[in-house]
Amino acid sequence: MDQKILEIDNLTVEFMTRNGSVTAVENVSFAVKKGETLGVIGESGSGKSVTSLALMRILDTNGKILSGELVYSGVDLKRASNAAMYDIRGREISMIFQNPRGSLNPVRKIGKQLEDVLCQHGLANKYNARKKAIDLLATVKIENPTARFNAYPHELSGGMCQRVVIAIALACQPRLLIADEPTTGLDVTTQKVILDLVKDLTTERGMSMILITHDLGLAANYCDRAIVMEQGKVVESGCIKNLFLNPNHPYTKKLIRATPNKSSQLNQLLPSESRSSCTSYLEGSHQSASFNHKRREPKNQRPLLYIDRLTKEFPIRNQIFRLPSLMSFGKRPKEVQQVFRAVDNLSMKINYGESVGLVGESGCGKSTTSAMIMRLVDSTEGWIEFDGTDIGSVPAKHFARSPIRSKLQMVFQDPTDCLNPRFTARQSISDPIIVLGSLNSKRSLDKRVDHLADLVGLPKKLLERFPHQLSGGQKARVGIARAIALDPKLLILDEPTAALDVSVQAVVLNLLQELKCELDMSYLFISHDLNVVRLLCDRVMVMQSGRILEEGETGKVMVEPAQSYTRDLINAIPHPPELVPQ
Amino acid sequence: MTVIINSKPAIKEVVADLESRSASETTGSSRIAHSIRKQGSYIWYILSSNSVSLIAFTLFILLVLLAILGPLIVPYNPLATSAVDALKSPSWSHWFGTDQLGRDVLSRVIIATRLDLLISVTAVAISFVFGSLIGAVAGYFGGWFDKVSGRFIDTIMAFPLFVLAMGIVAALGNTVENIVYATAIINLPFYARVARAEVNIRRDAGFVHAAKLSGNSDFRVLAFHIYPNTLPPMMVQASLNMGWAILNAAGLSFIGLGVRPPTAEWGIMVAEGANFIVSGEWWLAFFPGIALMLAVFTFNLLGDCLRDIVDPRQRT
Repeated sequence: MDQKILEIDNLTVEFMTRNGSVTAVENVSFAVKKGETLGVIGESGSGKSVTSLALMRILDTNGKILSGELVYSGVDLKRASNAAMYDIRGREISMIFQNPRGSLNPVRKIGKQLEDVLCQHGLANKYNARKKAIDLLATVKIENPTARFNAYPHELSGGMCQRVVIAIALACQPRLLIADEPTTGLDVTTQKVILDLVKDLTTERGMSMILITHDLGLAANYCDRAIVMEQGKVVESGCIKNLFLNPNHPYTKKLIRATPNKSSQLNQLLPSESRSSCTSYLEGSHQSASFNHKRREPKNQRPLLYIDRLTKEFPIRNQIFRLPSLMSFGKRPKEVQQVFRAVDNLSMKINYGESVGLVGESGCGKSTTSAMIMRLVDSTEGWIEFDGTDIGSVPAKHFARSPIRSKLQMVFQDPTDCLNPRFTARQSISDPIIVLGSLNSKRSLDKRVDHLADLVGLPKKLLERFPHQLSGGQKARVGIARAIALDPKLLILDEPTAALDVSVQAVVLNLLQELKCELDMSYLFISHDLNVVRLLCDRVMVMQSGRILEEGETGKVMVEPAQSYTRDLINAIPHPPELVPQ
Repeated sequence: MTVIINSKPAIKEVVADLESRSASETTGSSRIAHSIRKQGSYIWYILSSNSVSLIAFTLFILLVLLAILGPLIVPYNPLATSAVDALKSPSWSHWFGTDQLGRDVLSRVIIATRLDLLISVTAVAISFVFGSLIGAVAGYFGGWFDKVSGRFIDTIMAFPLFVLAMGIVAALGNTVENIVYATAIINLPFYARVARAEVNIRRDAGFVHAAKLSGNSDFRVLAFHIYPNTLPPMMVQASLNMGWAILNAAGLSFIGLGVRPPTAEWGIMVAEGANFIVSGEWWLAFFPGIALMLAVFTFNLLGDCLRDIVDPRQRT
């Protein structure tokens, strides 16, 4: 059992760039024993993926292994010939990548892709390849594998694609599996199913696994040992329990602190010295309770946002290519159109100063709901009332000119995608003020932008930068600054931290909470992560296939969910062991 | 504690005010000068990082200088004939030799630069403006306009482009303006298609939704948010197109449409010189041909360089 299958000693990897060489990985050493699962934990840019790429010798052309030894059960991977590497890749060591859809060939049937791997390594010939491929699909628990053999990647869900990728990775019975963030972008329930599957399969076959992840909860639940990487160096390593219960390095402590668990509170996510006045004001009391008494009395008895029986239907396009539809310019022939109900009779309300969480898996209609509230999309039926005004009846096209436009703003999921690549941070933040605000002079505009940058904690010198020159957290701040530029009353937060590292997530969540109490806003927080929702929201709604399944006080729903679906969602979240207070 | 919270913005405002005051002391004109200097040093950075770009840019500057200063630097009058000097091979007094009427080929090649560049720049500008306008509107709004304009553009592209240009010039009349229009029309589909595709993929991007939330109307979203993002690929297209446009204009003149003798134009000069190649007077067609080739070469190389300059992501 203690036999080492892989040993990495003092690995250093450099990348040549236009501005000189960059050391991505520096003096990394670790070993993987037979049958164990090693976690490689680190935030983006810590060099964890580069390590695995170096191991497989599939670095980009400008990357170079500068020094170090890579030994895989007696084979020197650094000096092995390319031909030898072809044999090792897939046969001995295989990899699961982050984006399952991206790692499958979109124009080839998944079964054929499996056959390719089998034939490539001489494990099957053209007579039995099909049968073996179907067996493999059955191993990764794909229902009806014979029919799925002929499916193309785009016909499968993300989770199914990841299963196919796993099937391909396991096809040649490798002895070491490298899983590089295998479940990022998948729902929590799917994540649990996929990782349980991988864990079962590896244990069954006595395989070793390297699980690369930024999620400490995942590492805690699925790994035996782990190493923590920061900026290309291993800062700590050890048995997973020890790592969590007695972290030694400050970076490990910071990561563990920043990961929300069942009982952590918002202000505890940050190291104590960087907590700001507003959050420290909340310290000691449960924050949702403290906001209840701070909340302004409603102006009238009406809620800020009132939604009644909101429905959105999308027509389902006919799959078959029809000539007549091309010929008739815009006018479709009369026929009974099939529709898909993305949002089905949804009713809710948000009070003044309240934070409401909307939780659900991908495809449940959360985004469509937010787009309708934001008046980017017209509803099929239903009533939306905001601050006593009916906004649902204003067509989305004309809403840009409505005076209410500035009171309803949104923070988007992907901080990179939501910033115009040709606008500097300052231009992005000032855009809503120029269009809708009342500031006329350039000076007062600059002053306002500077003030907003201060509010979100963005250094002023970064305001002249373009999005690609900013880090993920800084981009998120620009997005938030733009959203609050017009003093909105309701801010919709569409998974604002999904694309961020845990430590950045902790900072952004605290910032949002601080802004809420400073600017007196209401939040509709859309997320699939119940832990994050619990930190920020007073009330939570659980959504499934277009309907609200459950609704209630966050604490209550989290502790005693009424619906089994909610229970599944909560149970699927991987929790790190509770940190022992020091 | 609440007092502290409320006083925080006030302090920040004072600080911001102080800072903005110090910033406003730098006068407007020096700020503009500064931004020009910054832009200049940025362009130099792009050029110096890539030697091909530098060569292309130098050639381009040379072409433009020749076009502007042509009449001042030519050694002879390009139209002056001299029976004595007819068909002289290249020498120190006539670097590029003389043609059948004794006109200096060097002078004619230099003078022709202005006309050829003018035709291609105007033609490309017209097709760039109208093509990208049609494409951007079609890509953003879709619907019937997209379908109609799409089919119209397909129709243009269905013709052999040079034959179409010939037809247009023949129908409209044999003038320089009509060469410009013909060149513009045959190049328009490329811009429309590139613009449509580039706008279409950005139509549902996050920053477009964000712009709508900021109260931008559809027009503003398209003009100020999406359109500038389509510029890098359009720039490459424009530069490649300049090369084609020059070739196209020269080609039309070569077959006797558009520019008429005795006007100096590369295409005509090649056409006229072609008759003399068999009898050994190669320089008549060779030098204007080289000029033509160099111009096309320059614009083709310049595309990448221009893309680097208009794409802010190159700024690191």
